[in-house]
Amino acid sequence: MDWGGIIENTFRGLIGEQFIYFGLAAIGLNMHFGYTGLLNFGQAVFMAAGAYGLSMAVATLGLNFWWGLLLGIVVFPLILAAIMGVPTLRLRADYLAIVTIAASEMFRIIARSPSLDRWTGSSDGLTAFAKTFYEFSPYDTQERYFFGLFIGNQMWVVTVGWVVLALVVGAVYLMMRSPWGRVLKAIREDEDAARSLGKNAYWFKMQALALGGVFGALGGMLRAIGTQSAQPQSFITDVTFFAWVALILGGAAKVGGPVVGAAVLYAILNFTDIFLRNSVADGWMPEWLMTGTQVGQVRFMLIGLALILLAAFRPQGIFGSKEEMALDDR
Amino acid sequence: MTAENTADIPVAPAFAGVPWEPGAAKPDPILVATGVRRSFGGLTAVDVDHLEVQRGQITALIGPNGAGKTTFFNLLTNFDTPDVGTRTFEGRELSRVAAHRVANLGMVRTFQLTKSLSKMTVIDNMLLGATGQSGERMWRSFLPFTWRRQEAEITARAEALLERFKLSHMRDEFAGTLSGGQRKLLEMARALMVEPNMVMLDEPMAGVNPALKQSLLDHVKGLRDEGMTVLFVEHDMDMVQEISDWVVVMAEGRIIAEGPPASIGQNQAVVDAYLGAHHDAALDLGED
Repeated sequence: MDWGGIIENTFRGLIGEQFIYFGLAAIGLNMHFGYTGLLNFGQAVFMAAGAYGLSMAVATLGLNFWWGLLLGIVVFPLILAAIMGVPTLRLRADYLAIVTIAASEMFRIIARSPSLDRWTGSSDGLTAFAKTFYEFSPYDTQERYFFGLFIGNQMWVVTVGWVVLALVVGAVYLMMRSPWGRVLKAIREDEDAARSLGKNAYWFKMQALALGGVFGALGGMLRAIGTQSAQPQSFITDVTFFAWVALILGGAAKVGGPVVGAAVLYAILNFTDIFLRNSVADGWMPEWLMTGTQVGQVRFMLIGLALILLAAFRPQGIFGSKEEMALDDR
Repeated sequence: MTAENTADIPVAPAFAGVPWEPGAAKPDPILVATGVRRSFGGLTAVDVDHLEVQRGQITALIGPNGAGKTTFFNLLTNFDTPDVGTRTFEGRELSRVAAHRVANLGMVRTFQLTKSLSKMTVIDNMLLGATGQSGERMWRSFLPFTWRRQEAEITARAEALLERFKLSHMRDEFAGTLSGGQRKLLEMARALMVEPNMVMLDEPMAGVNPALKQSLLDHVKGLRDEGMTVLFVEHDMDMVQEISDWVVVMAEGRIIAEGPPASIGQNQAVVDAYLGAHHDAALDLGED
């Protein structure tokens, strides 16, 4: 049993690239669901917007990296929010849920269609769009950093990721203490009440949808940069639900909830993965119970088990307050 | 209705000379509905020819179950749109106004099932009510210094209202922890944060315990004494008799009677609507 490797990987899950990508996506969902009560089951499409915004700008259109940032962080997510929000946000919450999950699958299927090869690179996706990003890296590409966890380029991705994450958390913190945030929470609690008090619920929901989408796009863009590729398969529906798991683990409507949730989720995933692999390799795990190839699936079962336990014993998530949760029943 | 018993019926001064009949014109109407009809499928829920609501008075809207009161109320507050007809508030035709803007025009409503925002504190509920908050712009949330002064102003106003509605001790509690009656009080106080000219109350007495009823009644009278117009839908006849200046009765989607509260129990059309036609005894609405 390689305890050093287990600890290293667990720690990497706690603070590494996946934590950053999904932490950002989960913060976006928190903006949608936790604060505004919007059900977005297609956060993957906002992540894809960030990834493809940058990669298409650079690799397809030949624009420079900065235009790519603008397209990926602002233009694509806002267009997407408008397309999904304008027809649904006047209606009940379920309609947005349907439209978001459909949009995320549509985007993925369209992006991988061979006829769009010239634009999206179809199922191979796009590469070679992040050169400028890495040019700014102060780290030596051969060197390992941060207790040897990350090599040069990875270290640069996580450094930028931490900064972005900190800025986004700070922004959400400020926004939710402002009158603007108060209106969002009121809409979550009761849209008609907010409207009766003169608040344009539709417009506030639109803003929340767009903003949470931008946070998701940041996560998706960093992921594309980190993996140096934007592929349709990176934005399957599972991706949305990882972000949801992170949010629910951490606790919705709490600023730190999604961040801690993402850290815990990837720490558990990494820990169980390498622990089970080691167990199988060392012969601790009887072969009738599990083989090395099954580990990948089993760790998700364990996450499912963890969620069930969470729902039973701490339904408000790690950060949530039980008192607040109980108010629902009254 | 005969001449001798109408003479004893008190009439609020503002309604002197107003005929006691459906669609009667008022000296100074704040809210006017004309030819308003609303159907759901084949059912015509509301079909009102004309209604004027007098400014600065308390008007009650009553009627048996299924009379279309709540539908009409939703139409008057612009939470619903009529199939045909016009509703004018302070001379503005409401069809051209978005539902949320009605509050900005000075009309605010409450709900039959109280909509206290459970997971927000009582004070946050109150602060939400203030209109024209510059801090409600998204980009300003990063610049607290641009809205801090306004926030302090409305907080002071909210605290004064909480004091008046005896909710000060609950200031920082979640609204979800309040009792039913306290929620009604909170909703009314929150509506006042809008600084309205007209307050529309949808069954303000529903689910309120008797101990709180009197204070709620006093608060509604207080609104009128401050110059606000009040229109409320109610089942509680004690409340109707005690505080309303004028009563409008609906049945089967139409307005069937109007008059001062004491006149309504003697109105044959009202008696028929509540008890069915051919019932000859006068209806004592006071014992509802």
